[in-house]
Amino acid sequence: MVRATGRAVVLVVLTVGLLASVGVAVTVGPADLSIGTVWLVVADHLGLARSDVPPLREHIVWDLRLPRVLGAAAVGAGLAAAGAVMQTVIRNPLADPYLLGVSSGASLGAVLVIVAGVGSGVVAVGGGAFVGALTAFAAVVAVAGRRAALAPTRVVLMGVAVAQLCAALTSFVIIWVGDPHATQSITFWLSGSLARAGWAELAWAAPVLVAVLGLVGWHARALDAFAFGEEAAATLGVDVIRVRWLLLVATALLTAVLVAMSGAIGFVGLIMPHAARLLTGPDHRRLLPVVALAGAIFLIWVDTAARTLFEPRELPVGVLTALLGVPAFVILLRRREVRG
Amino acid sequence: MLDVSGVSWAVPAARILDRVTCTAPAGSLVGLLGPNGSGKTTLLRVVAGLLRPTSGQVTIDGDAVARLRRLAVARRIALLAQHAETDLDLTVLDVVLLGRIPHQRSRWSDSDTERARAVEVLAHVDLTGFEHRKWQTLSGGERQRVQLARALAQEPELLLLDEPTNHLDIGHQLQLLHLVRRAGITTLAALHDLNLAAMFCDTVVVLDAGRVVAAGAPEQVLTPALLADVFGVEAEVGTHDGRTVIHYRPPAA
Ligand SMILES: Nc1ncnc2c1ncn2[C@@H]1O[C@H](COP(=O)(O)OP(=O)(O)O)[C@@H](O)[C@H]1O
Ligand SMILES: [Mg+2]
Repeated sequence: MVRATGRAVVLVVLTVGLLASVGVAVTVGPADLSIGTVWLVVADHLGLARSDVPPLREHIVWDLRLPRVLGAAAVGAGLAAAGAVMQTVIRNPLADPYLLGVSSGASLGAVLVIVAGVGSGVVAVGGGAFVGALTAFAAVVAVAGRRAALAPTRVVLMGVAVAQLCAALTSFVIIWVGDPHATQSITFWLSGSLARAGWAELAWAAPVLVAVLGLVGWHARALDAFAFGEEAAATLGVDVIRVRWLLLVATALLTAVLVAMSGAIGFVGLIMPHAARLLTGPDHRRLLPVVALAGAIFLIWVDTAARTLFEPRELPVGVLTALLGVPAFVILLRRREVRG
Repeated sequence: MLDVSGVSWAVPAARILDRVTCTAPAGSLVGLLGPNGSGKTTLLRVVAGLLRPTSGQVTIDGDAVARLRRLAVARRIALLAQHAETDLDLTVLDVVLLGRIPHQRSRWSDSDTERARAVEVLAHVDLTGFEHRKWQTLSGGERQRVQLARALAQEPELLLLDEPTNHLDIGHQLQLLHLVRRAGITTLAALHDLNLAAMFCDTVVVLDAGRVVAAGAPEQVLTPALLADVFGVEAEVGTHDGRTVIHYRPPAA
């Protein structure tokens, strides 16, 4: 029973940590805000209390910072959980949510929308990214999923091929158009940023996030069964092909929604699962809640750093996650070598 | 009781199993013998329901395996595969509890009964106290016994073993087969060592190029003629203390 308690304690600590992170991160930034102000604004909007916070500050809290912080939490949680699932289903510790070509497809979609002049608005670009992401994933599945089995090696190889193709097409379009304004907004988007995360994006992302996390959690024990490979999973009663399809499609959908909101933020989906496993071990019933919470907290703080470290300039958060992720990645590889 | 009747399995280029028929009465240990590539692993995979036979059928206590759902098969048949490898940092208890998956009621936690069962099967394979050891730190023989414990935790009616004694020293080979015998579960085991097969198996089935070339009690099946024919070795077969013993001769120069 010691173990069950330990597990509950970790979850409570992380949940409190997440709530506190949201509350504190919202106060950080050029305009000085106190936790009290944040609380008053939130309470007012939820109809719990009347606030007399000045409209400008209320605007900063409610329309700018809070959706951005929640966006960071959603993207961090989603990418981390998606990465954990991918690593298990593809049976590759170096798998991440972008392995299926989703992020490069999203970039291409966004770029096409921008240069086609459909609009550079958040909705149009996000929509283009979402469609691009799903198209790339569909292309991967169409080729790799022949005979319906989605064999991991084929999926990985096809994912790499589609990603390369999309990246090449994206570069081609950027150079062909040569519009410096478009190039700038695309670059920002390619490196990942939460600057555009607003309530509208959250309204899309949150339900998908909740649904996919629920689905993945429901299959936690089936994911455990993959420990010794898919044949072993099958002999433990798991319908391997069905579970693989379901979870790959669900994580691709989630990744597409997140990428449409934030661009491709690298390394969160690769590193967080390994970090969380150090804490929980490989059992998915323990790992999945922890990895999602830890991913959310991690990205909240990295994004807060990205927008405040070099004020008034903002660093794309993807640049910062890469700066943190690469050393973590090297450490990870060394650990693996040591273990043999 | 396992009944394999007229099972064939083919790929476009070749017929890997050709009308294989054999049975394993309840509680018996049946050895599956044959040279490399003769189809032992393929037959075990068909019996485990991982491959669908092109023709013929496998039944377990009268139920056709091909018609059972995956989960129903997992509750009745456990397979100890030739290779068990993982990158994950699992404990011995984690591995054994995997065997409880087909029976588990709760999606969220392992019940105390399940943990107790895991500890029990670990005791059966003489690994009491190993619960919290890491899989990655175990020796080959310990890993093989942990996998056997996992298979026993599945509480199967039928145990399928694919060369379970591979890479084990002779002491551990004897121990593993002894543990299997002691479990008393109907077992079909692909084995390489004919002396071990003769020592532990009630009956043996010999495959060659996907066909059953002989089946029956070890002392009747394992004749010099068969060994020459199927394995291409010269050997004398004798008895010692009432056991069949095979002496191999070096190949003629
Ligand atoms: N999926 C497959 N496609 C083609 N050939 C196969 C396949 N599976 C097994 N075989 C062939 O079938 C033969 C029997 O293999 P196997 O059952 O592994 O033999 P054993 O376990 O007795 O060594 C081998 O020649 C092997 O190459
Ligand atoms: Mg074999």
